Amino acid sequence: MPKTSSKTNPARELVFGDLWEYDPAPETADPKLKPRYDLFINGSYVPPRAGKYFGTINPAQETKIADIALADASDVDSACKSAQKAFTHVWGKMPGKERGKYLYRIARLLQDHAREFAIAETLDGGKPIKESRDFDIPMAAAHFFYHAGWADKLEHLAPGRQVTPHGVVGQVIPWNFPLLMLAWKIAPALAAGNCVVLKPAETTSITALKFGEICQEAGLPNGVVNIVSGAAETGAAVIQHPLTTKVAFTGSTEIGKSIMRSLAGTEKKLTLELGGKAANIVFDDAPLDQAVEGIVNGIFFNQGHVCCAGSRLLVQESIADAVLAKLKRRIAVLRVGDPMDKNTDLGAINSREQLTKITDLVQSGVTEGAEKHDNGCKLPAKGFFFRPTIFTNVSMSHRIAREEIFGPVLSILTFRTPDEAVEKANNTSYGLSAGVWTDKGSRILKMSTLLKAGVVWANTYNKFDPTSPFGGFKESGFGREGGKQGLLDYLRVD
Amino acid sequence: MSHRLSITKTPKCYVGGAFIRSESGRVTALHDASGTFFANIPQCTRKDLRNAVEAATKAGPGWAKRSAFNRGQILYRLAEMMEARAAELAEALTLNGASKADASREVAASIERVVHYAGWTDKYEQILGSVNPVASAHFNFTVTEPMGIIGVIAPDDSPLLALISLILPAITSGNCVVALASSPQPYPSILLGEMLTTSDLPGGVVNLLTGLRSEMLPTFATHEHLRALSGAVNAADRKTLKLGAAESVKRVHLLKAEEPIDWFADKRQGVEEIRTLIEFKTTWHPVGA
Amino acid sequence: MPAAKAPTSLRRLFDEIGTVDQIGIEERVAKFTTRSLKKKSKVFGLRLAVSMVDLTTLEGKDTPGKVASLCQKALRPHDVGDIPPTAAVCVYPAMVKHARKHVGGTQVKIASVATAFPSGQAPLKTRLAEVHAAVNDGADEIDMVINRGAFLSGEFGRMQDEIAAVVEACGTATLKVILEVSELETYDNIRAASFLAMRVIRPGDFIKTSTGKTSSNATLGNNQVMLEAIRDHFLATGIPISMKPAGGIRTAKQALHFLIAVKETLGDEWLNNRRYRFGASALLNDLVRQLEKERTGAYQAPWNFSEATEGY
Repeated sequence: MPKTSSKTNPARELVFGDLWEYDPAPETADPKLKPRYDLFINGSYVPPRAGKYFGTINPAQETKIADIALADASDVDSACKSAQKAFTHVWGKMPGKERGKYLYRIARLLQDHAREFAIAETLDGGKPIKESRDFDIPMAAAHFFYHAGWADKLEHLAPGRQVTPHGVVGQVIPWNFPLLMLAWKIAPALAAGNCVVLKPAETTSITALKFGEICQEAGLPNGVVNIVSGAAETGAAVIQHPLTTKVAFTGSTEIGKSIMRSLAGTEKKLTLELGGKAANIVFDDAPLDQAVEGIVNGIFFNQGHVCCAGSRLLVQESIADAVLAKLKRRIAVLRVGDPMDKNTDLGAINSREQLTKITDLVQSGVTEGAEKHDNGCKLPAKGFFFRPTIFTNVSMSHRIAREEIFGPVLSILTFRTPDEAVEKANNTSYGLSAGVWTDKGSRILKMSTLLKAGVVWANTYNKFDPTSPFGGFKESGFGREGGKQGLLDYLRVD
Repeated sequence: MSHRLSITKTPKCYVGGAFIRSESGRVTALHDASGTFFANIPQCTRKDLRNAVEAATKAGPGWAKRSAFNRGQILYRLAEMMEARAAELAEALTLNGASKADASREVAASIERVVHYAGWTDKYEQILGSVNPVASAHFNFTVTEPMGIIGVIAPDDSPLLALISLILPAITSGNCVVALASSPQPYPSILLGEMLTTSDLPGGVVNLLTGLRSEMLPTFATHEHLRALSGAVNAADRKTLKLGAAESVKRVHLLKAEEPIDWFADKRQGVEEIRTLIEFKTTWHPVGA
Repeated sequence: MPAAKAPTSLRRLFDEIGTVDQIGIEERVAKFTTRSLKKKSKVFGLRLAVSMVDLTTLEGKDTPGKVASLCQKALRPHDVGDIPPTAAVCVYPAMVKHARKHVGGTQVKIASVATAFPSGQAPLKTRLAEVHAAVNDGADEIDMVINRGAFLSGEFGRMQDEIAAVVEACGTATLKVILEVSELETYDNIRAASFLAMRVIRPGDFIKTSTGKTSSNATLGNNQVMLEAIRDHFLATGIPISMKPAGGIRTAKQALHFLIAVKETLGDEWLNNRRYRFGASALLNDLVRQLEKERTGAYQAPWNFSEATEGY
């Protein structure tokens, strides 16, 4: 619409009604789940020594899916020892090109089992099947494929220096992209010649434990990959274990800081990928419909459970009304519901705990005086769901503009000049990502230079690739994942 | 004929392009190897550190925006200034008992190191950055950016060479530095400040403090505006620094001072040292018409 | 001086209407293709698509006989089931009077390409005369081509004046303005041309992608650019413009993707054949074939649905 006349629009509106409803289109393939998952240690599934299990539920139904082994310190110790043994006797000595072939095998097997992994991921985590099917699983396989090729080329990473693996790497991953985060962690670690002990998130252990089956099918030597499920104590045991000389963590900034403190007296190498509160900046010359699409993709992708989510929208004042109108129209056709339905755009919130956190922050937004809009769609009676929500009249001091919500909640702020946009964007202790929308090329490069963020999406948002380094500035963590820069974080450079 | 009374120098710290005494007014008496009083060295405090960080904050954006070519020329100019005063630097190193030959060797190595990094300013980006062949229709590139203000803690060994080896990789990429010199051997840092001031390096880019490590470290650890810590310290100090760093997710790169470090070695210089003090920024843009 | 004028005025137009990012819009339309239609919603979509077809024959070898069988098919796309008639038949001006014998007075409209289709390279007078002739012979709808040369050289006034002249020549007939998107090349140009056309046509007139006579025709991408232009124009002026993608839509699945784009971009009020059409010839056969599959539950062999298909 002519931007200049956006305020004079007659009150015409489009009708997004029920003339043509999509019938339910559930994905029905068998995820091949077991009723009980044991720990994957030294190439086999073993019960936890203390015999403890915890239930994992489907957040869309609030029903139990399976029992998951709860690893304690002694289980973690046994995993670390088997990793160390595998590193000393097999993996650390294996020529890179042989290691690479195992990674290629894993990539291929993930592709073979893509459908069942996608369904398991959606069942356990609540994300829409179209995302697990079209993004998480293919991207996980792509990460193994990319890193496989590096295994025999490591000397090109640090010219003039010697690179060697760390040995055993302890890795703790979050629940938002369970298998993909596993791939981001394990693929580079293995390519570099390390062995791993990985702890998946408590609410999303299934695909990580299923990944053990892939390792077995690939014939990966025992102990190279160990998966220990459990809660915070399990993760702490992995991180603290004397054998894990390198630790990689993805999760909240709060926990990242506590990990830094807990490792202060050690010589462990550490990389952290923590929270974010990204600014998505839209200038008045931007291609508006694509910007709106980017905003939607930026904050509603994976229910907003994305550390780099574009949760703060900064719109140039002159187009704020036009963008808001387009945004409302766009979210009117977003479909919230059964994650297993192929037409679902927003699935279930990962856990009751997360839903409570989102609800509380949204309430704080209302209390602090921001104006709330949502698409008013019907939500399923059971399960954890939240409507795509937009806040206007937000000021920089509001909690919803400062704290990471990790849910489908967008705060809209305005700016007048590029300097003001940069100032607002950088006015946060986070620095993971940012978005810029403008038709002016030189402005993109200037903004990209000035924004304190590890990833800048210009005229796009939430794009990922194994070749593209990802990671933050400031309190969003340090180290990178992906690309040659990320891989080098899994090597000692001498 | 009466003997001329020499003019003694009052050593001052180089902060914000100026030469300062500690705001506390405290000094530490420095003696030479024979025990003779040499000079009073400022005993800086956490407030001096704060002021130095403020100075670096002012200088930082301008320094980072200098062209790589210009940064290289300035570093080379520093080498010229040091070369001209090499004898004086060497003499400062003999204060603590180093032989003349060892002192001269350390000065020469220090100057070589400056020249080495002068040559890196416009090259490291081409080694560390990348264009990434993503699978989608986007142009994707990774560039480096300075982290900001780097806290440098110099060890006691090789007091000139170690200090400058820690400072150089930081400023090569456009970072600013607030450095704490060796506590027992601070005098080379005083001289280095005097050379920096004539090197065209903008004031505030490098700030050199002297004082007690034990007093200063906790503030280095917790000052949130320092984005990274680089240095060589003992195990207890490493723990202090890392604990403090956790509060603002600060990057920490510390060598073990309790083990011998060969500061003359080639591996103590180069692009890897630069890499540890930069951030990677990746930009995506669609390729369309 | 057109050469000097062109870039400034195009720039001015983009300042007003905004630009399109190619990769962004292609990502958007890719999402339409992941929608999954089952059971009733699929049947609804297929029937809706049938009712929107402008069943087309535009060949040098067209004869009154060919047009007669086309009209029969438009009226009754399949001999069993209750498949609705198509929206219109679309023929050359010389064939209008023949089509009229078969569909005149029925709900199937007669559309005729005119204005020196497909190139438009004839004097304006000649093009207008052709429009008058087709309307006089009974055409309900006229599919014209824009002057791409005028657009590309920045003579926007001339391009719009010519469309306005055709509007007048149409009288009561509905007008469909073919942008010939493949010759405009960029999405920005398609958006600009859409706006220029929409500003001189009437509520209920169409903008249309293609003649079907060039290398590339309707795609989800250029369909989306035009739907969004229609949406923006409607929201700004209240004038509803209709849309017709043409050429290259051969399968039922493709047609459903286009309709999903309509549903999610313009909403329910465009889900009818007054507001949306498909310019196609082979598409109808596949739509009917898929409807028969839904009705009978068995996958259908192609030869029951197309006169042109060989018996492979």
